[in-house]
Amino acid sequence: MGLLNRLAPRRPEPNPAPPLLSEVEDPVFATKALRKFLTALTSHPSPSLLDLGPVVGSNVSFFGEQLGCKIFVEDIFADLERHLREDKLERLPDFLKKRFPQATGSMDGILCWDLIDYLDKASAQALATELARVLRPDGALLAFFGSVQRQDQRYTKYIIVDEVNLRHRAYPAARGRRAALLNRDIIRLFEGLRVSDSFLLQNNIREILFRKPA
Amino acid sequence: MEKDIVNIGKSVVIKGELNGSEDLTIEGHVEGTIQLREHVLTIGPNGRIKAQVFAKSVIVLGEVTGNVTASEKVDIRDNGSVDGDIVSPRVAIAEGAHFRGSVDMQRKGGGQPAAKADAKAAAPQPAPAVQPHAAAPAQRVGA
Repeated sequence: MGLLNRLAPRRPEPNPAPPLLSEVEDPVFATKALRKFLTALTSHPSPSLLDLGPVVGSNVSFFGEQLGCKIFVEDIFADLERHLREDKLERLPDFLKKRFPQATGSMDGILCWDLIDYLDKASAQALATELARVLRPDGALLAFFGSVQRQDQRYTKYIIVDEVNLRHRAYPAARGRRAALLNRDIIRLFEGLRVSDSFLLQNNIREILFRKPA
Repeated sequence: MEKDIVNIGKSVVIKGELNGSEDLTIEGHVEGTIQLREHVLTIGPNGRIKAQVFAKSVIVLGEVTGNVTASEKVDIRDNGSVDGDIVSPRVAIAEGAHFRGSVDMQRKGGGQPAAKADAKAAAPQPAPAVQPHAAAPAQRVGA
């Protein structure tokens, strides 16, 4: 029977649904820090999560349905774009200082993604100070930083595939990344937080997990 | 038996409290409160809502400004927009949808999702077709 099966012409398999074009084109990269970030989050009951990137439905489902987080989506990339479009970039630091309605020490986790790379120094400092303010003691902040200067004008949506893989979906930006920050500059920026883990990935992204001292 | 669906047309403007006991599609403007506790509310592509919404399920193709509470699901479709807080056990947000606010998927009674107790086990398994570009171990550069 097994031999017959092997000799008989194979029936054509029913055509599986073609994958979405975007899924084919978007590269998937490993992440080392996300799992640690998730572990930090799940140590709190009903954790609150602040996501600074554009809304990604599957990420919302991942954090909401699977981890029971309350998620606050505050797309700062959109704010940056608006300020660039309206030629009001000099107002961005003051805007960021008042941007977050969240109470001091109210967030268990913050997903900063690679936002800092796109900001000027004053805006980056204003944002970092605000994030350190809203983060709860013992809370975690995950941020990505480019380790090389890139000229391309695009942002990246980070779509969680699982706790060790992220799909990177590029979308157009009004301007590219600013200069790649040194580790010491990053640490100074997030004064009040301590670096818990830091990983340099093969795709030249530094993943840094900050914790706020309890 | 055909299911009743009421349609509020593009030219209709309602200000106040809207209660119903059947599914409703809104293509017009509503300001105030919408309560369809046991039914489906659809905000059509032309619908503009500035209201607190309570329904069994909410499907958004137009614009909603205000908090949305659904006992089953909130579905923000492509080009749909929600500016407000969502409370629902299930939330779907399409690529191209706009959302600003918070999402709370807590189960009724404040219980945690079953998967929460073991986040590692709960995380979706990698799709077999996915080939990570950087699957090799990362270099740890700090502590």
